[in-house]
Parts: sequence; C-alpha cells; structure tokens
Amino acid sequence: MTIVFWILAALTVAGGLAAVTLRNTVHCALAVTAAFAGLALLFLQLDAQFAGFAQILVYIGAVAILVVFAILLTRGSETAEHGVFSRTWLAGLVIAAAVFAVLGWAVLRSADTLSPEAAAPAVAVKDIGNALVTRYVLPLEIVALLLTAAMVGAVIVAMHEKGDTK
Amino acid sequence: MTPLAGYLLVAALVFAIGLAGALTRRNAILVLIGIELMLNAANLNLIAFWRYGAHPEALTGMMFAVFSIAVAAAEAAVGLGLVISIYRHLRTADLDKMNRMKG
Repeated sequence: MTIVFWILAALTVAGGLAAVTLRNTVHCALAVTAAFAGLALLFLQLDAQFAGFAQILVYIGAVAILVVFAILLTRGSETAEHGVFSRTWLAGLVIAAAVFAVLGWAVLRSADTLSPEAAAPAVAVKDIGNALVTRYVLPLEIVALLLTAAMVGAVIVAMHEKGDTK
Repeated sequence: MTPLAGYLLVAALVFAIGLAGALTRRNAILVLIGIELMLNAANLNLIAFWRYGAHPEALTGMMFAVFSIAVAAAEAAVGLGLVISIYRHLRTADLDKMNRMKG
C-alpha cells in the first residue's frame, strides 16, 4: 500500500462525506466533483488509464455540469426550512452502516485469499479499441442506442409541456 | 493488507456513503448524487479486480467499467431531467413533499 493510495483514498472519502453532509447544495456538487476526481486518480493508480480519463471526461466534464444546471433550475441552493435530512434519516444511516459493516467484514475475512501484488498489465488504449470493435461490438452498439434514447428521453421529459403558460 | 483489499475497502466505504446520502437527504438532486457515488464505487471494484485478478489482458473488468460509466451517464441525464420536470410541476425538489402519485 503506497502513500499515494492513502492520499487518494482520503480525498475520495472526504469528498463523498462532504457531498452527503453539507447543507448548501452547490457545495455538495463541488464536493462530489472532488470525489469523482479522487476516483479517477485511483483508476489511474490501478493502471487503468482509459477508464481513468473516461471517468474525468464523463463525470467531471458532464455529470457535474448537469448536476449544477439542475441545482440552478430547481433553486436547490436554498436551504430547506425543515433541515436537509429527511424524516427517516436515522433508519437510512443504520442501513448504510450495516451495509458497510457486511462489506468490510467480507473483504477482511477473504483478505488472505485475495491475490497479492501483481505485475501491471500491459494493456494499451489500442488493445481496448480493438476489443471494443471485435469482441464487444454488440454491447458497444447497444450502449450507443441507449445513449441516444436517453438523450432524446431527457429532452422530452424536461421540455415544457404543451399549453404550459409558465 | 494486500493492495486489492485496500481498494475494496475504499470502494465499500464510498458505497456506504453514497447509500447514506441516497437514503437520508431530502433534495432529489442529492439523492441522485448518492446514487452516482454508489455506481462509482462499483466501478472501482471492477477496475481493482481487473488489475489484480487473473488474465487482465482479456479486458473483462475494464470493459464492464467503461460500459457502466456510459450507462451511469445516461441515468444521470434522465434522472436530472425528471427532477427538473417534477420541480416544474410541484415547485419543489423536496422528496418528503412528493407524497402523491396523482399529477
């Protein structure tokens, strides 16, 4: 375990924690962007350059911007008068803690069987491109269709309804 | 602790944080942010297993993560469009106030 891994892990976890606990919605969006950046750097640390840069492009470039636009369009930056947590926050917290306890227990129990240090896989972006258009060509086409459908669907859902005078 | 166990623990922690956010926040946009964090934690698991598992040259885990990123982007676009649509209808993004199925 290198020191870089611990720094990146701390950045990711701190960003995630800030994103779910801060009161101001805009601050939450900024914190979740930091968490996305930490995850992208963790991907790069795992020798997954393509996934790391895809994460930066898609999450920091697109999803974070979408979230900020949604906050602006819904006036979500105003803090709610009844607090930012729902009425059933205690049950949610207990469920999340239980899920983490089970996952952590499973990881630590199987820590001996997990493979130790492995040599970095020699995978170039060229290999990923080759795999995408040969073995994974059908999933690629389906994802293309899904992205088109999602784009059209999002525009239709968020479009002003007919007869809407506002 | 092996490096793989470290990455899996970080992913479990991020997943739990995202789940807590999705279950406890009032604002619909922040619930979506929690769901995005959970998807990202799953991606980190896939990449970590790809890196430390057998046959990384087969690219299975990497492809799974890349397709998962694409699907998550589609989910975010549709989800935020729905939040904006509901806000226009009910003038609120507070999930505790969305208690009717009737339009």
